[in-house]
Amino acid sequence: MSPMLEVTGLGHTYEAKDGAHTAISGLSFTVENGELLCVVGPSGCGKSTLLRAISGLIRPSEGTVSLHGTPVEGVPADLAVVFQDYSRSLFPWLSVQRNVEFPLRDLPRAERHERAEEALAAVGLSAAARKHPWQLSGGMQQRVAIARALAYRPALLLMDEPFASVDAQTRFELEDLLLRVRREQETTVMLVTHDIDESVYLGDRVLVLSKSPATAVAALDVPLGAEREQIATRASEEFVDLRARVAGLLQAREPVEA
Amino acid sequence: MPSGLVGMVGLFAVWEAASRSEVVPSNYLVPPSIVLPTMVSMLGDIEFLRAVIATVLAAVIALAIAVAVAVPAGLVLGSVPAVRRAAMTLVEFLRPIPSVALIPLAMMTFGTGPETKITLAVYAAVWPILFNTIYALDELDPLHVDTARAFGTSRVGVLTRVALPSAAPFVLTGVRLSAAMALAVVVSTELLSGGTPGIGRYIMVANSSGSYMDEVLAGTVLAGLIGYAANAGLERLHRRLFSWSTPKGVDQ
Repeated sequence: MSPMLEVTGLGHTYEAKDGAHTAISGLSFTVENGELLCVVGPSGCGKSTLLRAISGLIRPSEGTVSLHGTPVEGVPADLAVVFQDYSRSLFPWLSVQRNVEFPLRDLPRAERHERAEEALAAVGLSAAARKHPWQLSGGMQQRVAIARALAYRPALLLMDEPFASVDAQTRFELEDLLLRVRREQETTVMLVTHDIDESVYLGDRVLVLSKSPATAVAALDVPLGAEREQIATRASEEFVDLRARVAGLLQAREPVEA
Repeated sequence: MPSGLVGMVGLFAVWEAASRSEVVPSNYLVPPSIVLPTMVSMLGDIEFLRAVIATVLAAVIALAIAVAVAVPAGLVLGSVPAVRRAAMTLVEFLRPIPSVALIPLAMMTFGTGPETKITLAVYAAVWPILFNTIYALDELDPLHVDTARAFGTSRVGVLTRVALPSAAPFVLTGVRLSAAMALAVVVSTELLSGGTPGIGRYIMVANSSGSYMDEVLAGTVLAGLIGYAANAGLERLHRRLFSWSTPKGVDQ
């Protein structure tokens, strides 16, 4: 069986008047069915370009992206994105419920409602369905964005630094929410972050990228099991060891055997 | 007294004083103490009421046509750069031409019926709506567009489900500005071309009959009051529809 996502020799160069800028180059990796892959790389290494290429928002200059064996042309139908900036990604003129229903336009009304209610319940926001996003705190807004992505029932959920704009306490809550939801719904997730601890805490595997132009340095298995707990897991010897290895790989420029 | 009325009361006070002291001859500038009661009694006159209704109706029709023309045009100009580059010089050439300068042309084309004043009012009312729609699309958040596209929304879907609702508050502000312009142009055209019944022609007839300055001023004040009411109504509509565009902070 082909992997959920297969990225082969991906490269992208932005043409500009003052010269071209290569954001990613020769990047290859896979995301397996049901896996949570964390992609970690230094700031400005082209992580967003990678996500935009996978989600079909830009056409990469080189290489291919395949979603369960089919090459991606344009925006794939069974893929959802959660962006870092929830306040600009939710539509302020729609209620929370309608935001979650936004991608479900083609479904009958009753099913749309049902799916939205289910997704809002999964993120613990049933009570806020009729509010508008700007009436909610930042953490709640990002939960709405997650609910919207879940309601779409994507084969692959892409997350672009989803917890980088919330405070530390909320961040822990959202991380655990993500782990619980993907366990319940068996979602395949690819999450991009610049936070080493987060990548190890959340990931089944961590893919380390180099500085721009981003290329894969190494992929590291995270054998911490399915059940993780913010304090105990982060204090465990394995976790500390893994984060040190990821940090070490981030320093490296050339691909290495992990 | 509501603070919003201070300016109005001040204007009437200065007007009354200027008239009473004969700084401006009171047979020209009839004081508001006479004009306002005249206006009230005129509103009991069926002939005058017909004129008022004709004017308001013409302005409303003109505004509706202006919206129907300017919003789609603004969406196209705002979202297709090539069309915008090609059309903007023409737009900037047409926009400064005062509607009343087009009265002779409009009368030759449409005759003296209500079509003339409605066409001219449409001409004046199109610009604020058009420009507000174009600028609203410039302000469209690219992340909103990316979000919609990432969920498989088509180009047309992005325009109708994201660009249009996001632009709507700006568009309504344009409509509010245009409402006052449509009314002003309808009244001016009635006054200058004399053709169809309306507040403008009523003012003109009262003026040419010589000694009816109280009626002239009463008609003028009423035109202002109608404009004020239209503006206030559209502002209320704005607040009701678009509470999201002026977030009042976080309540949690």
